[in-house]
Amino acid sequence: MQETDAIAAARREMEICNACRYCEGFCAVFPAVELRREFSAGDLSYLANLCHGCRGCYYACQYSPPHEWGINVPKALAEVRAESYAEYAWPKPLASMFNRNGTVVSLVTALGIALVLFLTMTLNSPGNFFGAHGTAADSFYDVIPLWAMQIVGILTFGFSLVALAMGVRNFWRDAGPKDSIGPVSIAIALWDVLTLKNLGGGGNGCNDNSEAFSMRRRYLHHAMFYGFLLCFAATTTGFIYHSFLGWPAPYAFISAPVLLGTVGGVLMLVGTIGLTAMKFVDDPMPNVRRLLGGDVALLMLLSMIALTGLFLLAVRATGAMGMAMAIHLGFILAFFVTIPYSKMVHGVYRSAALLRRAIERNMKPLGGE
Amino acid sequence: MPDRTKTYDVLVAGGGNAALCAAITARQAGASVLLVESAPKAFRGGNSRHTRNLRAMHDQPNEVLTDAYKEDEYWDDLLRVTGGNTNEALARMTIRASSGVFGWMKQSGVRFQPSLTGTLNLGRTNAFFLGGGKALVNAYYLTAERLGVEILYDTEVVNMNMEDGFIRSVDITYKGFPETVRAKCVVASSGGFQANLEWMREYWGDAVDNFVIRGTPYNRGRVLKNLLSQGVATIGDPTQFHAVALDARAPKFDGGITTRLDSVPYSVVVNRNGDRFYDEGEDVWPKRYAIWGRLIAQQPGQIAYSICDSKAFPLFMPSVFPAFKADTLEELAVKMKLDPAKVRETVNSFNKAVKPGQVFDNLKLDGNATQGLTPNKTNWARAVDRGPFYGYPLRPGITFTYLSVKVNEKAQVLMDNDQPAGNLFASGEIMSGNILGKGYLAGFGMTIGTVFGRIAGQEAARRARN
Repeated sequence: MQETDAIAAARREMEICNACRYCEGFCAVFPAVELRREFSAGDLSYLANLCHGCRGCYYACQYSPPHEWGINVPKALAEVRAESYAEYAWPKPLASMFNRNGTVVSLVTALGIALVLFLTMTLNSPGNFFGAHGTAADSFYDVIPLWAMQIVGILTFGFSLVALAMGVRNFWRDAGPKDSIGPVSIAIALWDVLTLKNLGGGGNGCNDNSEAFSMRRRYLHHAMFYGFLLCFAATTTGFIYHSFLGWPAPYAFISAPVLLGTVGGVLMLVGTIGLTAMKFVDDPMPNVRRLLGGDVALLMLLSMIALTGLFLLAVRATGAMGMAMAIHLGFILAFFVTIPYSKMVHGVYRSAALLRRAIERNMKPLGGE
Repeated sequence: MPDRTKTYDVLVAGGGNAALCAAITARQAGASVLLVESAPKAFRGGNSRHTRNLRAMHDQPNEVLTDAYKEDEYWDDLLRVTGGNTNEALARMTIRASSGVFGWMKQSGVRFQPSLTGTLNLGRTNAFFLGGGKALVNAYYLTAERLGVEILYDTEVVNMNMEDGFIRSVDITYKGFPETVRAKCVVASSGGFQANLEWMREYWGDAVDNFVIRGTPYNRGRVLKNLLSQGVATIGDPTQFHAVALDARAPKFDGGITTRLDSVPYSVVVNRNGDRFYDEGEDVWPKRYAIWGRLIAQQPGQIAYSICDSKAFPLFMPSVFPAFKADTLEELAVKMKLDPAKVRETVNSFNKAVKPGQVFDNLKLDGNATQGLTPNKTNWARAVDRGPFYGYPLRPGITFTYLSVKVNEKAQVLMDNDQPAGNLFASGEIMSGNILGKGYLAGFGMTIGTVFGRIAGQEAARRARN
């Protein structure tokens, strides 16, 4: 990480936290702070990505504004986190995608839909595109050939995975050397990721817009995350059905891919819309306003993927299928392309930070008795 | 806005832990309650917002406390720190009651955490609030609001209109405007007067300008002074306060815990003239941190300097301010505006006086002492010789004052004739001098506030309804 104003501000706050330590029961950040007496830029990036933004520490802080020290840890760390996303982006020139990220994600989305629509309409006969297909085997692929879907999907998603991996590598190196990664550490980190244990203010939930604790955000994120995984499972099952079992799509309503996709889609919708709504009722103080655009753009993109997917299911036997599928795939294309350059990266950096935390779990805090 | 047409059952003056415990308890007992907090909402909670834990008696381990901490040990600890400056009946009652407060605290939204670090080994005796005292205060305010306690911020009690030991009405300033409210009973939970520098100056003169007030600037003792002028009995030495050693760069008010420095036992401490003045290693720090505020207050300019080398530096909690750091003692002295030759001489004679001997052990009294110095350092004495060297300037940090209104076991405030006032109760720092007349036990202020707050709320509600 470069030395920036955000890094300097976060360092000042972490030094105050380290002399206080009252918040150590809230989450993984503070016990990690206590292992250090000096905070390199890489340390601060690690702490920033460890922070889940539950805001428990902000409301509990005796030094939060209007105290003259104005301590606002969720905000200070969110600033560093945002800079870290750009810092670790791969390839480096694309780091600028994180400036005005909301606009970038929205534009890519618009372009993705337009491109898929344009290509499918141009390459197809109108009868194919607008015709009713019933649920005959392979009807989806009459609109867009399977090979086209697969090539575009594998190329974009594959590139995104490579870019994410490179980003995590940059993060890991920046935060300094670590002991080797053991299976216990991986298990602990995985548990923390899957349960969002640290989005819980010591098990009590987040402080959304007041001192009161609530599990709302954690549950909505679970709905979104596990809904997403179910949708992913639906796609994978479909792929297996088609490629290995020779059962072409579309599948019946009670088939595994459709059930997984439907439940997943509904969960994603609930999660993304709920989380978006919370952005507007949250206390703005512990938030970084300029990051709101990117956050909301990704939530909206995910919700549109879910919504168009469900819509496609509903209209797949009608003349609207062609159009619905093109739009659905347009959103997915945009999602694949923007994964390494959107809020999505928080998932991998935070997981990596939790893994580091799990590795250093047995280290003794410095100072104190 | 206070309701001028209404006679509240209970008016609580103050907005910290003791006030909230009284208000919530009274409301739960069916009373209508008005809580009057002099601070604005952002700074509500008095000194409680800077606290972290509560000392609780327990006969066996529970969710938040390890081992056992029984009544007699608790009482012995209190007797030791107060030097007998306590009231055994009230103290034992408080100690016993402390074992039973958890259920009510949890119901009222307080959350506890297992103790981890930086806590002076208090996991056995003290229950830690998750997120500290401000989180506790927040939880109590939420509960009070939910139960229907009326809360006024930016509102100060300026006068209790007392006749024959009975409060007829209470004059307040509500956001600067004078108002009068009526209540059947009043609970005074408005803290000590340590933030009232003019009052402190009466006893300490201009040394006050060099004191740091660790807690809220809103504890100005207005209620306390008002009651003293109306024939209420007092207890506790008005000139005395609890003070610890703080980083001298701390803000005048509200610096809280982070300005505390635990470097003394592993350092050489000199005054402005470069002379040592007290045994830095007399006892483990948890038993000594509370006397160092007083020691520094008695030095010229109310300032001292803690100097250690790189061996000692990692042994204590960091303060919020970076240490002065230099490769030589002389440079360090210059940075701290001390006479370099004098500091060198003091450290040299200290280093020469260190007896070679025992294994250094920072976790116990290790017996590593100096010989032939006045004063000697009796534990953890090691030559200060491995650069870089680190220094911190220290000032007395005032936590609270001991002067209190006198109370009985029902939290009733006593008049000069030792008869209880008709409808006045007290809880928290404003009466803690009854039990803690001297010294300090970590987390005991919150214990007194909680126990007496609960009693005061109960008794006031009972009286108001009769």
